[in-house]
Amino acid sequence: MTDATLVNEQRRHIPDRLEGPAARLAKRWEVLLLAVAVAIFVANSFASPYFLNAWNLSDATFNFTEKAMIAFAMALLIIAGEIDLSVASILALASTAMGAAAQLDVGVPVLVLIGLGTGLMCGAFNGLLVTGFGLPSIVVTIGTMSLFRGISYIVLGDQAYGGYPSGFSWFGRGYAFWVISIELVLFAALALIYYVVLHRTNFGRAVYAIGNNPTGALFSGIRVARVKFVLFLLTGLMSGVAAVCLTSRLGSTRPSIATGWELEVVTMVVLGGVNILGGSGSIPGVVIAAFVMGLVTFGLGLLNVPGIVMSIFVGLLLIGVIALPRLWGMWRRR
Amino acid sequence: MSVLKSREALLVGIIGLLLVLIAGRFPAFVAPDNLARVFNDTAPLILLALGQTVVILTRCIDLSVAANLALTGMVCALINSTIPGVPLPVILALVLAMGAAMGAINGLLVWKLTIPPIVVTLGTMTIYRGVIFVISGGEWVNAHEMTPGFTGFPRATFLGLPVLGWIAVIAVILFVLMIARTPLGRAFYAVGGNPNAAVYAGIDVGRTQFLAFVLSGALAGLTGYLWVARYQVAYVDIAGGFELEVVAACVIGGISIAGGAGTVVGTLLGALFLGIVKNALPVVGISPFWQMAISGTAIVVAVAFNARRGRGRGRIILKRAEGTA
Repeated sequence: MTDATLVNEQRRHIPDRLEGPAARLAKRWEVLLLAVAVAIFVANSFASPYFLNAWNLSDATFNFTEKAMIAFAMALLIIAGEIDLSVASILALASTAMGAAAQLDVGVPVLVLIGLGTGLMCGAFNGLLVTGFGLPSIVVTIGTMSLFRGISYIVLGDQAYGGYPSGFSWFGRGYAFWVISIELVLFAALALIYYVVLHRTNFGRAVYAIGNNPTGALFSGIRVARVKFVLFLLTGLMSGVAAVCLTSRLGSTRPSIATGWELEVVTMVVLGGVNILGGSGSIPGVVIAAFVMGLVTFGLGLLNVPGIVMSIFVGLLLIGVIALPRLWGMWRRR
Repeated sequence: MSVLKSREALLVGIIGLLLVLIAGRFPAFVAPDNLARVFNDTAPLILLALGQTVVILTRCIDLSVAANLALTGMVCALINSTIPGVPLPVILALVLAMGAAMGAINGLLVWKLTIPPIVVTLGTMTIYRGVIFVISGGEWVNAHEMTPGFTGFPRATFLGLPVLGWIAVIAVILFVLMIARTPLGRAFYAVGGNPNAAVYAGIDVGRTQFLAFVLSGALAGLTGYLWVARYQVAYVDIAGGFELEVVAACVIGGISIAGGAGTVVGTLLGALFLGIVKNALPVVGISPFWQMAISGTAIVVAVAFNARRGRGRGRIILKRAEGTA
């Protein structure tokens, strides 16, 4: 309701003259973010002599490719006004399922199908609970977050799965050509697909409509429940894709795999300019946010900053990105 | 009839059934001293769940409680190991103030900047955990570095129940009184039930949410000391993932995530249910690795139950919109 008054005040404000295209472009979130990315890139190359190296930069992309794959689907889900906090647990369960299958000496295609299938099933379970029973997605996915990873713990306990077939490592450790990894190619392809789906199709329109006004969307003839269900399916599927990549890269599965990734994925989406309350956001924004987070973690890593300290930066980034524009707005209305 | 239908009666029934089933094969589990032990073991969960209850009542959620607990625990452990002379009352006042301050940070961000609580507390959760690593350098504070006075307090037994358990009892009584007998308790329900109406009733919604976060933080801070003193160890990952168990206890206890509905007694029963399951698992020979999946299932089932109960109330203007939206 405080948001409602804020929106009303913004609507009441009529500018003296319309801004030119250049000024509008400069104010776009994506452009600001791109400037931040370039600044971090330059700062990193001064901070560490090892930064500007093609292979090092290629390694840096692994910091975000898998998370970004989930973030694309999560962006659509958050734009539609829902959220999925169980993505990291879906990843863990999919990885566990693949690990169990690998012990039975199945082929690489079957392994991948099992990973993706597990992701889809988990997504369907979330989607069914949220759309079928009309439950709030935050609590449902907090519950399934515990449930999915809990199943991994039941299966594995303190053990780990290894012994994946040698061809399986292609996804996480293979290179398409020179320093361009298979994961990076997959990341780019998925970014393109999600860009087209969100910004160029009726489905994408429907996602925005639902996020802005679910009841209005329903009256416009959009099958709200079905679209939301598909979005949960997609998020599950992308968690499965990320599970294939991460498991292949690590070569082993523990039940604690990808712990805390849900936070980083949500941070990436919010950093990319997606409104956490739904209704707005873009895929290019998420792509740039992925690079920003990858560069920050990689740069701090080169400076020997431990991972848990980096998480302070991730947390500050998440809050700061939302807080700063609001502080700026409060300051301007003075 | 309404008594039989209430969430509290249902939970009492389920807990009773659970105890009868366990007692059938392991009578020692329901011996009074063991039940006191189980209650004492569940005390930290009860304390945090009480704070979480008021936060959820005001339509918010606090995922940073476990990190708050761990950070306060680490700070008081470090103080005790470097300056052993600091008396216990000072430490208690300090952990309460520190926890409340961390809760206030969450509350201010929610109140003044209207950032969604889930985002704020996801962020502060990782920040607080990271800070533990920074101040401790990743080191553990072990039993031999703490003074007996520091570790002895929550373990001292009084009338068959350790002080830790008594603190939980006192906190539950205080919360029941606060919710039922004070304007603040009413305000928590009013804000969660209908924020617009609350504003017209003269209640400051943001300030009420802020106070809920401060309460939750103060309890987390107190529990931080109790936890570290009881287990005689402090490290970065203590109580990792505990926030989920806390939310689970509330949701199982019938606290509606949509705000404004639920009781303190419900939360207490929800926490006890989880505590009994946790303590019974090793007794009946099930691997403790089942714990996580069980609380996950309990959350999902409880949320479904809460929603079913809430449905049908109020006017349904568009029946199909209810079903599909």
